[in-house]
Amino acid sequence: MLILFYLSSGLFLGWSLGANDAANVFGTAVSTKMVRFKTAAIIASIFVVLGAVSMGGGASATLGKLGAVDMIAGAFVVALSAGFVVYTMVRLGLPVSTSQAIVGAIMGWSFFSGTLVDYSALIKIVTSWIAGPILAMVFSLLIYYIFQKLTQKIHVHIFRIDLYTRIGLIVVGAFGAYSLGANNVANVMGVFVPVSPFKTIDFFGLMQFNSTQQLFLLGGLAIAVGIMTYSGKVMETVGAGIVKLTPQAALVVVLAHSIVLFLFASQGLHDWMRSLGLPGIPLVPISSSQLVIGAVVGIGMVHGGRNIQYATLVRIGLGWVYTPVAAALIAFFALFFMQNVFSQPVHQQVPFEFSLEVRDKLNEKSITIPKSLWKYQYPTAVACRRALLDEASMDHSELAIVMEYAKVELLKLQDPERFVQAAVKDLTPEQINAVVALEGETYRHRWQLGEALRAESDSWQITDPGQTSQHENELNLVCEIIHRQMNLKSP
Amino acid sequence: MLSLFKKTKMLENKMDDFLDHTSESSMVFYEAVKHYFLGTEAEFKSQVAKIYTLEHEADTLRREIENQLYTETLIPESRGDVLALLENTDNVINQVKGTIADFEIERPEIPPEYTDGFLKLTGFSGQAVDKMVKSIRAFIRNPQGVKDWLHKVYFYEKEADNTAENLKRKIFQSDLPLAQKNHIRYFLRQIDSVADRAEDVADRLAIYTIKRSI
Repeated sequence: MLILFYLSSGLFLGWSLGANDAANVFGTAVSTKMVRFKTAAIIASIFVVLGAVSMGGGASATLGKLGAVDMIAGAFVVALSAGFVVYTMVRLGLPVSTSQAIVGAIMGWSFFSGTLVDYSALIKIVTSWIAGPILAMVFSLLIYYIFQKLTQKIHVHIFRIDLYTRIGLIVVGAFGAYSLGANNVANVMGVFVPVSPFKTIDFFGLMQFNSTQQLFLLGGLAIAVGIMTYSGKVMETVGAGIVKLTPQAALVVVLAHSIVLFLFASQGLHDWMRSLGLPGIPLVPISSSQLVIGAVVGIGMVHGGRNIQYATLVRIGLGWVYTPVAAALIAFFALFFMQNVFSQPVHQQVPFEFSLEVRDKLNEKSITIPKSLWKYQYPTAVACRRALLDEASMDHSELAIVMEYAKVELLKLQDPERFVQAAVKDLTPEQINAVVALEGETYRHRWQLGEALRAESDSWQITDPGQTSQHENELNLVCEIIHRQMNLKSP
Repeated sequence: MLSLFKKTKMLENKMDDFLDHTSESSMVFYEAVKHYFLGTEAEFKSQVAKIYTLEHEADTLRREIENQLYTETLIPESRGDVLALLENTDNVINQVKGTIADFEIERPEIPPEYTDGFLKLTGFSGQAVDKMVKSIRAFIRNPQGVKDWLHKVYFYEKEADNTAENLKRKIFQSDLPLAQKNHIRYFLRQIDSVADRAEDVADRLAIYTIKRSI
């Protein structure tokens, strides 16, 4: 029951997202009365849920990498802060990105807990935020151009164009809602994935509905409620955006926006590109509002850019800066209150130490730790890093390796059944068996668990910490799941 | 979904019908004026009756189209333009009907030496209406083609103006009584006004076309 209370902040965030972002998909269609609000709301709700449940996983994993919020109370505060920022901005009528709010809030958590920020993940996310709107702009420019040439060649009756546009707005809107659910449910429920209270449901052995999917279903439903209850108001005002759009232009904008959202959410496409040796499109939650702006600018450019209201564009751009900053600040202070006023732990103490085992391991890699650092246990990653920088001279990559080895995290598999449930989608049966075989064993460092798994089964080919590989991701997953289960057991 | 396609098809047909009525009224107009001058009363009456029917049917069609456009909130971006277009096109038919009604009621006495001039004027006015209808058809299917017709509307309107002016000059230089001169002048102006109404539609169409291409 408590966990459902904690989930409520995620649901609130989902509601805000639905209220705000459905307007990106159906705004012009509704404000120009091409599609009735009721029709738009029903279609958007259904497809958001479908997208969230069937394709929500990819972007969620990236968000988890940025900052692994490791206590449920922390996740609650993070989602609540992001939701608060989004809600306030929606109330003020400012364009806002849920993705930026949640990333800001996670950063706030990282600063508060003294966890080192995974800058590679952050850079990936921020670059996607820039690349997304640019891609949307390019797509809308191309699609609009083709659209224009086609209508000049094929002479369609003005009423027929109207009919096709209406149908197009509904179909593309459904695709947009699906992509929105797939890409943005990570913002809403991503932080709760490892602590999901749900059990896998088996439909007569034909199909499984795992706990993450159930969580995403809940997130999708929260978004749907936001669409039904509040998005109408936002849709009415969206017409007065940076340029006034005709329904045909709106169709192009929504299509371009949806394609980009889909690209940044599709695990299948990502894997396929990787299999061709191409760099896979990162699976990152991106701002639907920013994509729309990019696409609208694209159309403005077809007309020589004379219709674009640059002042509005700058105002929106500023919002993109202060959303994450505001979310980070609010999360930071809210975490402080949660921890000190309500006495709820919002993050795990992850100490660092240079014990004999750690030093031996590092010696194998020809890294020596100065004697002055041996006797201390450092309470946070930030403290340990500072000490290393002060006392030892090592480069960036060595520092990363040392930090990985020195990190102390007690790992003990307590509930094999739940573990199997949580991991069944991402690990092979052999890998899961190897983990289950270690039940009852306790490890002080992640790399020790890795070594034990490697000894247990050939399916675990763990590489050294710090080297990104499929197996390391899998090991991280195992640790995440074990961590959260331990947290659940001992509140 | 199927009914949506059906409804759209019906609306398209109504629009086409409305334009057909407009175009036909201009042809019947010419025939009616011709029979008036020839003195073939039976034919004249039948043409007058035809124009009344055409005008009445066009009114009904226009109202139906306008109703549907409003109640189903169709073409939100161009609705105002299309409605104004319908109203103005309707003014053309009304002008045709009004002129013919005046012929029938007032029976102006026009000396035979002016017959050719009057028929020429009616012909030019009719042509202006015909080209106007073609430009509207282009507007609803192929906005790029509108300008090909607009300049023809302007051409015939100008020809009509010139013809009317020449006729007026001749009439007022003649020895006819002033009352008759004035009466004939009134009919000249009425026929010329048909072309003017067509020109009004063309002017609006030029703007709407630019709007649609943005």
